[in-house]
Amino acid sequence: MKKILGFAAAIALSLAIVPASAADKLKVGFVYVGPVGDHGWSYQHDQGRKAIEEKFGDKVETTYVEKVAEGPDAERAIERLARKGSKLIFTTSFGFMEPTLKVAKRFPDVKFEHATGYKRADNVSTYSSRFYEGRYIIGQIAAKQSKSGVAGYIASFPIPEVVRGINAFMLGAQSVNPDFKLKVVWVNSWFDPGKEADAAKVLIGQGADIVTQHTDSTAPLQIAQEQGVHGFGQASDMAAFAPKAQYTSIIDDWASYYINRTQAALDGTWKSEDTWGGLNEKMVVMADYTNLPDDVKKAAQETEAKIASGELHPFQGPITKQDGSVAVKEGETVAVGELLGMNWYVKGIDDQLPQ
Amino acid sequence: MKLVLEKRSEHSEFMTLMSPLLAIALTVFTGAIIFAIQGLNPFEALYVYFIEPLTSMWSLEEVFVKAAPLILIGAGLSVCYMANVWNIGAEGQLTMGAIVGSIVPIVFTSWQSPLTLVAMIALGALGGALYGAIPAFLKNRFNANEILTSLMLVYIAQLFLDWVVRGPWKDPKGFNFPQSIAFEGWQLFPTLGDGRVHIGIILAVIAVVILTVLMSRTLKGFEILVIGNSPRAGRFAGFSRKKIVWFCLLLSGGLAGIAGIGEVAGPSGQLQPTVSPGYGFTAIIVAFLGRLNPIGVLFAGVMLAITYIGGEAAQIDLGVSDKTAQVFQGILLFFILACDTLILYRIKMLTSTKQQSVAAE
Amino acid sequence: MDATQAVILTIITASTPLLLAAIGELVTERSGVLNLGVEGMMVMGAVCGFAAAYTTGNPYIGILAGVFGGVALAFFFAILTQTLATNQVATGLALTLLGLGLSGLIGESFVGLPGVKLQQLSIPFLSTIPFIGPILFGQDILVYASVALIFATTYVLFKTRVGLIIRSVGDNHNSAHALGYNVIAVRYACIMFGGACSGLAGAYLSLAYTPQWIENMTAGRGWVALALVVFSTWLPKRLAIGAYLFGAVWIMGLYVQALGFGIPSQFLSSLPYVVTIIALVIISGNKTLTRVNTPACIGQTFVPDR
Repeated sequence: MKKILGFAAAIALSLAIVPASAADKLKVGFVYVGPVGDHGWSYQHDQGRKAIEEKFGDKVETTYVEKVAEGPDAERAIERLARKGSKLIFTTSFGFMEPTLKVAKRFPDVKFEHATGYKRADNVSTYSSRFYEGRYIIGQIAAKQSKSGVAGYIASFPIPEVVRGINAFMLGAQSVNPDFKLKVVWVNSWFDPGKEADAAKVLIGQGADIVTQHTDSTAPLQIAQEQGVHGFGQASDMAAFAPKAQYTSIIDDWASYYINRTQAALDGTWKSEDTWGGLNEKMVVMADYTNLPDDVKKAAQETEAKIASGELHPFQGPITKQDGSVAVKEGETVAVGELLGMNWYVKGIDDQLPQ
Repeated sequence: MKLVLEKRSEHSEFMTLMSPLLAIALTVFTGAIIFAIQGLNPFEALYVYFIEPLTSMWSLEEVFVKAAPLILIGAGLSVCYMANVWNIGAEGQLTMGAIVGSIVPIVFTSWQSPLTLVAMIALGALGGALYGAIPAFLKNRFNANEILTSLMLVYIAQLFLDWVVRGPWKDPKGFNFPQSIAFEGWQLFPTLGDGRVHIGIILAVIAVVILTVLMSRTLKGFEILVIGNSPRAGRFAGFSRKKIVWFCLLLSGGLAGIAGIGEVAGPSGQLQPTVSPGYGFTAIIVAFLGRLNPIGVLFAGVMLAITYIGGEAAQIDLGVSDKTAQVFQGILLFFILACDTLILYRIKMLTSTKQQSVAAE
Repeated sequence: MDATQAVILTIITASTPLLLAAIGELVTERSGVLNLGVEGMMVMGAVCGFAAAYTTGNPYIGILAGVFGGVALAFFFAILTQTLATNQVATGLALTLLGLGLSGLIGESFVGLPGVKLQQLSIPFLSTIPFIGPILFGQDILVYASVALIFATTYVLFKTRVGLIIRSVGDNHNSAHALGYNVIAVRYACIMFGGACSGLAGAYLSLAYTPQWIENMTAGRGWVALALVVFSTWLPKRLAIGAYLFGAVWIMGLYVQALGFGIPSQFLSSLPYVVTIIALVIISGNKTLTRVNTPACIGQTFVPDR
């Protein structure tokens, strides 16, 4: 094997052409946890990357690494981007939190942006979206449109982000129909079309006529269409996959945030901060409301406007937890810290949270 | 015209040396074509892929970070496969090693002693070995196929890990995110130099040395070779196939377990829902590339680590997609396997024989 | 639709790709060849099937393309393991690696496109029978194909001369060779049959199960199929039982969750694997069954002396 290396080295060295580095451009790096072809989480981040390229043209150069496993590999991928001259690096999965901080310590002049985490440093910002705002809206739509009064929720992993979404959906639904029922299936995967489809079928079989998901594939919506029920898209607009079944979709739109942060880096005004943007900041965007009666559509748009303006907060009291204790009193909203680490269900959800 | 193989009377020394070189040459050639099709400069791409990882201290260190678990697991598997014991569940044994080894830093958080790390490594090995013992027991007691049971146990181990880090071992200050508390300095594998290379690579080399001695100098090694080559001959010699199954699975499971705790207490520094990016499966390839010889595994592990690191570099430097790297790796393996044929066989061209009529097309 | 019926329909869909891939591998293994590349051939079938169906708008052309994708990869495997006598385990693993990478490359431009769905056949009158109608007479063509393949392989393997040759090649390639059979040719054919079935299974995923293309969409089903073959002790009928059993446990895990008992989902998700191990232990314990049916030469390289 030594010989192999030696031989290969000899060949390639003799032919080596060292890539020239582009001067003066701001290099922006991205680290994705999934393939850009997942048409979900990583795909949407990549759309944001493309938006940067489009907006800044020659002033920036973007690179990405996809399918980076959370854990030891992530640190190397991030460090490699830093070593290759990226001055602004977006790490787009929670599991990249510690690796990002470790690399950031070694590269104080590089700016890092970590999605969905909670640890910051002088050169590490965090950002995330208030997807739960969209989930409150779809909860309302679900309760208005459901005939059986039961919705099914396909959930990935019991992390606060997902639990928050389930609660927001339920609170939205309860604001329309206090007796609304919600069944939850955890598929233990972000991305397994087959299993998501199976879960959708099981939920529909148990009486759900609305299917919603916090997983990335379009499979549940396709099943909904096949079986004549309705659902909501996730991460991107999935109408093309189920034109008759999709009411709307909660779109992750990272473009505006990525453009702002790149601009700040170019201007030299970048500083470490925490961004948690929602409908108002256009980081959460609702796809067109389709397949809905006019009054439901109008009500949804009104709720959307109210949430965006801050008039309505999905986690406004009074809220009772599943165990009957009071989460927040009337006139208050759930504190940010509590939202970030949410590990309890609101009353009425037909599931027990894995502890 | 038709190609046929003719067995050589003895291994060809010449081909033993030439075959890897030929494989590399063919891979380089095919790779160049693939890169050219994608509109890249093939020379530049090949440089990034194979040479660049070796040109800087940092990436060289990263090669060893990646190679350490591959060698540890691959060495154990090579002994297994030599004995015709098909453990393909090293990934699960690695996961259980990581979990059991983490008992020390997570449950006995404040126990600070020179023995802390020793205990962690020992428990890691124990966890992996015990998990490897399950297929061994099922094989010996119920004749259950170990390929299947060890593979099924991988999924179970991963789901168990998932439950552990989301449930009982969740960091109480972690906003309910799935991760354990971060290990303290004395609970981490010491690093060699200022990069991420840790003592795992030393453990890997030690394992290779011990296994080399075991296979070439001890009765156990001889038993393994005999039973692997011919179970009947083994029986006549009075060797117990069952004992070998136990030995192989405990050994390879234990080594995988050490690799597991090495990942957690090394580069990771805490227990997370995923411990390894499939090292347990990649190590199977490493074992074969190393021709089921511990020393060969040492080089194969480094070699495979280079292609991983190179593939990552190619993504960033050239915008080559991750898929190309995977295809490239697959082709490399094919060529290496195919060229190994030349060691044992001579390829002859038949232009007209009666065999031709029944030849498979 | 009544709940039991819905569950049964879901189980059939979940089991069919496993069954298709496993029946091909069963024949391959019967001829003495262990092809661990099922996952790779399956994912190639999925991408080729999707691409062809999307381009032509015809799911049946998609099915053919899926078969082609699986066979192409299997042919590669056959050249290496049969003509060049490489180690089957290593080659199979490399095949999986190649299939996953290659399918990703081919599929890059097909991500995020709505696929062409393979429609159910809905046999007139019969499919309207309450309860059993949709289950027995309202499936798509690949479900029927999977069932037909079970009977066909049982018949061919145990009632015909071809089957006898395949089995004798798998049980003792030296004596089969001495009897004048072309061991290599038989194995080539069986490997390609395995590839065709895996390709079919992949096409089922991207055309019927979830009509879309996504990278790695097989999500480990190829490995489960491999496990099922061992579980079946190389008998097609037992294979069918195994596939449906696995599908049933898989779906019941989700079903029980939706009922809301609060059992940790990880335990329910691991249930199918636990059940497979237990079932395997029970079946393997019966030594007469396994010993009779296990192809004795499985995984061994054969090079004819001349």
